Amino acid sequence: MLTVEHVSKVYRVGTFGGRALVAVHDVSFDVRDGEVVSLIGESGSGKSTIGKMILRLIPATSGRIVFNDVDISTLKGPALKEYYRRVQGVFQDPFSSYNPIFKADRVFRLIRDEFFPTIGPSEWQGRVEDALRAVGLNPGQVLGKFPHQLSGGQLQRFLIARALLLDVEFLVADEIISMLDASTRVDVLNLLADLKSRGLSILFITHDLSLGYYISERAVILYRGCILEMGATERIFGTPLHPYTRMLMASAPRLDKKWEQVEIELRGKHLESAAGCVYYDRCPEAMRDERCRTQRPALVAVDDDHFVACERYAQGQAAKLG
Amino acid sequence: MSLQVDNLTVYYQTLRGDVQALEGATFSIADGEIMGLAGESGCGKSTLANSLIRLVPPMRLVRGQVRLDGEVLPIDDARRMSDYRFSRVSVIPQYAMNALNPTRKVGKMMAELLGSKGVDFAATIPELKRRLDLVELSHDVLKMYPIELSGGMKQRVVMVLSTLLNPSLLIADEITSALDVSTQKAVAEMLVGFRDRGFVKSLIVITHDISILYQIADTILIMYAGQLAEKAPTDVIIRAPRHPYTKLLIASLPEVGVRYAERRLSGIPGRPPLLLDPPAGCRFRERCSVAFEKCLEAPPFVELEPGHFVACWKELGEDVDG
Repeated sequence: MLTVEHVSKVYRVGTFGGRALVAVHDVSFDVRDGEVVSLIGESGSGKSTIGKMILRLIPATSGRIVFNDVDISTLKGPALKEYYRRVQGVFQDPFSSYNPIFKADRVFRLIRDEFFPTIGPSEWQGRVEDALRAVGLNPGQVLGKFPHQLSGGQLQRFLIARALLLDVEFLVADEIISMLDASTRVDVLNLLADLKSRGLSILFITHDLSLGYYISERAVILYRGCILEMGATERIFGTPLHPYTRMLMASAPRLDKKWEQVEIELRGKHLESAAGCVYYDRCPEAMRDERCRTQRPALVAVDDDHFVACERYAQGQAAKLG
Repeated sequence: MSLQVDNLTVYYQTLRGDVQALEGATFSIADGEIMGLAGESGCGKSTLANSLIRLVPPMRLVRGQVRLDGEVLPIDDARRMSDYRFSRVSVIPQYAMNALNPTRKVGKMMAELLGSKGVDFAATIPELKRRLDLVELSHDVLKMYPIELSGGMKQRVVMVLSTLLNPSLLIADEITSALDVSTQKAVAEMLVGFRDRGFVKSLIVITHDISILYQIADTILIMYAGQLAEKAPTDVIIRAPRHPYTKLLIASLPEVGVRYAERRLSGIPGRPPLLLDPPAGCRFRERCSVAFEKCLEAPPFVELEPGHFVACWKELGEDVDG
């Protein structure tokens, strides 16, 4: 359905844009029909940048993003509008997604004005109410209200309902849970899972491992713009291979067991090397191998639907093949 | 008994009347205890913390008393409180990364702050450096501006500063919520280390993330809509909660190991009441599946087992009599 092929994003930073900041480096993955893929990373890992490139809010510096066999950077005019009919995003802060001086259901009217000008008011009203019921809201209770009269969870579901009014096939959900309270976040997660079973594909961007595990079939672990590990969710969480993924798993707070004593490097050991592995300066294993410092390891398959970018497994794989 | 809070009631004064943000809070914290304080947004957890440190308009003390080490704290007298603030009761504020003065180097800012409390900065430098080592910060941060530090580093600078005078009570307000999981773990463990080394006698850790509390807290206090719901040792709250709200809250938490396809979690239906004119009696009544007539009266916060306090008529065995 959607394929990201060798996509990079370089921002120009500093006075006069003199320095280059690589936010996303040569990232490739795909999202299949009716599948939820989690994009997991800490702040600065480039996860939101990837979401924005898919939504064409910013252009990719190199590489292509292909949606249903069409390179999305070539879309213009009516074709681009058609793209937005199928691909929509929902973002982290539901409160700032609305204009506070208008009623919240204005977002539905804007969709009609833009995409469905031929549909009559009563038929449109019916569609809006169906979409609201699909996201678990009671139309009578939530229509005609201002954003401040609705809770964060309700506003977030409003935005998902807005996406459903279009013929949406692909949803970019960028940290949509993180601003919600514990008692409502599960409801929004379950809603995404229900939509998935109706055939929607979702790119679920999160920093929270437990949320990613709960909802997704496949997971992509990002660090400083590079994919370090990706594959089936059970494999990533069950047998994490990359030292970074293992550190993440060990430091995620859990309710079933206490933290183990693992060393976490808060300070980088060495200066960042431009050429080597992005995790080199924090990696407890990196000292052993000169290649970690000088070459960036490629993603290699270590198992069925399990890829890792680490020198240790690159060697193991080479030995196995040789 | 380090901290003893009796019937503390704090309202916010607004033009439309009092917002009853904290109603009749009675609890105590022992020496060396780390108490987690959890609840949904708007449940009064930050109001409770702020009233222990800086109770200023629009907050208004309605009734109640706070004792620290047997001494009554003049919490509603901002000027007299300044003798206690920072030296006896200290706080690591929410968004500590924005708590530093951007126009001063970190060391200069600390010197000014200590000077305002009549403490000689030069004499504290050896201890300060020892504590910077403990939180894995280089001594160079004292000569740096806050903008030169990362979010996690600023957080640790504030942690060191807040505890420099060895306060009896330290309040940590949502200090881990803006951090990456690896930094989050390190910061949380440093808090425990501060307690173990005797820098602080007891700690209140406020967060909405109960899984963090499970890792570091000795006891957990759950609040709902301005009332205390339950306080118990950490394991009891997680494994055998007795208040209906705590039960639903714990059951709604996604964690690594729980998949949507295998075990569907559910949220808590309904919303918390508005505190401008809250319903009489138990404020969880309207969302509670076991509520009955008696719940129209506010339930007392009763110690059912040693160290396990619950405010629920059902758990008091009232339904048997009724």
